[in-house]
Amino acid sequence: MKSFNYHSASTVAEATGLASKASAYLSGGMTMIPSMKMRLASYKDVIDVKKIKQLHGIKVSSKSVTIGAATKHAEVAQSKEIKKAIPALCTLAGKIGDAQVRNRGTLGGSIANNDPTACYPSACLALNAIIHTSERKIEAAKFFTGMFETALKKGELIVAVEFSIPEKSSYVKFPNPASRYAMVGVFVAKHKAGVQVAVTGAKAGIYREKAIEQALDKNFSEKALDNIIIDSSDLNSDIHASADYRASLIISSAKQAVAHCK
Amino acid sequence: MKSVTLEVNGKKVTKTIEDHLLLSSFIREQLNLTGTHVGCDTSQCGACVVHVDGKSVKSCTLLAADIDGSAVTTIEGLSTNGELHPMQAAFKKHHGLQCGFCTPGMIMSSVDLLNNNKNPSDAEIREWLEGNICRCTGYQNIVAAVKEAAQNS
Ligand SMILES: Cc1cc2nc3c(=O)[nH]c(=O)nc-3n(C[C@H](O)[C@H](O)[C@H](O)COP(=O)(O)OP(=O)(O)OC[C@H]3O[C@@H](n4cnc5c(N)ncnc54)[C@H](O)[C@@H]3O)c2cc1C
Ligand code: FES
Ligand code: FES
Repeated sequence: MKSFNYHSASTVAEATGLASKASAYLSGGMTMIPSMKMRLASYKDVIDVKKIKQLHGIKVSSKSVTIGAATKHAEVAQSKEIKKAIPALCTLAGKIGDAQVRNRGTLGGSIANNDPTACYPSACLALNAIIHTSERKIEAAKFFTGMFETALKKGELIVAVEFSIPEKSSYVKFPNPASRYAMVGVFVAKHKAGVQVAVTGAKAGIYREKAIEQALDKNFSEKALDNIIIDSSDLNSDIHASADYRASLIISSAKQAVAHCK
Repeated sequence: MKSVTLEVNGKKVTKTIEDHLLLSSFIREQLNLTGTHVGCDTSQCGACVVHVDGKSVKSCTLLAADIDGSAVTTIEGLSTNGELHPMQAAFKKHHGLQCGFCTPGMIMSSVDLLNNNKNPSDAEIREWLEGNICRCTGYQNIVAAVKEAAQNS
């Protein structure tokens, strides 16, 4: 790892004030430290944001659940308040990586990184999340712009993520047996206004699977997905799974998600 | 350079370190506590697991500067007055180790499991230990050891 200056910010203003072209924010470090070790990334200044109070805390209202960006996966997995409002978020967080990754990795770091096989982006998209940053509020649909890319500007800090509470929802991941990231992950959310289905791990980035949404809008049951065929022409194909296999995993994971929706 | 104070296995240590020093290097190279192993160095294998403020973490993926003021427990800090910790005793009894490389991480991770869940099922033990890889593939006996430690503690 190349050397850098480590700073621990205590307020949002302090963190954004320290940010420059040659800096990066550090949250759980579960992605950033490995990429610095592999020399895929190097920075002059590393700004730790975990001690900023504003980036912590869980707020539940009648319509939404707002989670601070520095909240660890283990905290979300175990939160009784979140479990009451959106149990699928606890399931999702409790299956990220392994226990030690969940003891460090955070919501903000996960969505800022926007790994095409990460779990949280699917929840953001299916639950119409609003990303609160140091500068503005961004809708999830506009936040995830491409593989490892987001709408965040240089120095913009994620403060919290606000998820809207659906009638019911569920997340099912078929994990890559080595990395435990999603080979395919499907988040199904039934809102008053309609069903939203976000898929991770299958393409270059997170996306909504409209064919499944339309079928579930008509009939919210596993059976409704029996005759759906997913176009595999732009799905990932690699040593772990062919595009056709991923297409089949999307349907089987979506069926399981529908069966377990609560 | 940063001055960092940690409580390691109950003893306060203050050192001036480079900002990018990993906790695993701090423990092994500055404190000579070589029970914490570095296997993959890429956050996958769990050989480097220690406790920071009571929670298991991968020390190869953590900056020492990041946890200034925290309490760290390594495998060396588990026994009391020369008595093995119940988890260590159970690993010994059940041959939960072969070459022993993964063992410090396995044990530190398993102790954290029992802190969270006093009576885990086989499936819960296996799931919790997903981040600990045993190249000798001694998983069967590792699970047996963790079960016994749960009963004894
Ligand atoms: C072995 C292993 C298995 C994993 N398995 C999974 C899995 O199954 N599913 C999954 O989804 N993920 C998985 N992960 C990733 C994990 O969820 C990490 O938590 C996540 O990648 C990054 O979060 P972090 O808090 O560690 O962020 P960091 O590594 O600290 O930061 C990641 C990026 O986000 C930026 N950043 C951090 N916080 C903010 C903020 N508040 N505002 C703006 N930018 C910010 C950083 O500058 C950096 O670019 C795994 C990781 C490992 C090591
Ligand atoms: S050495 Fe840290 S996880 Fe392998
Ligand atoms: S005992 Fe050899 S790696 Fe586990």
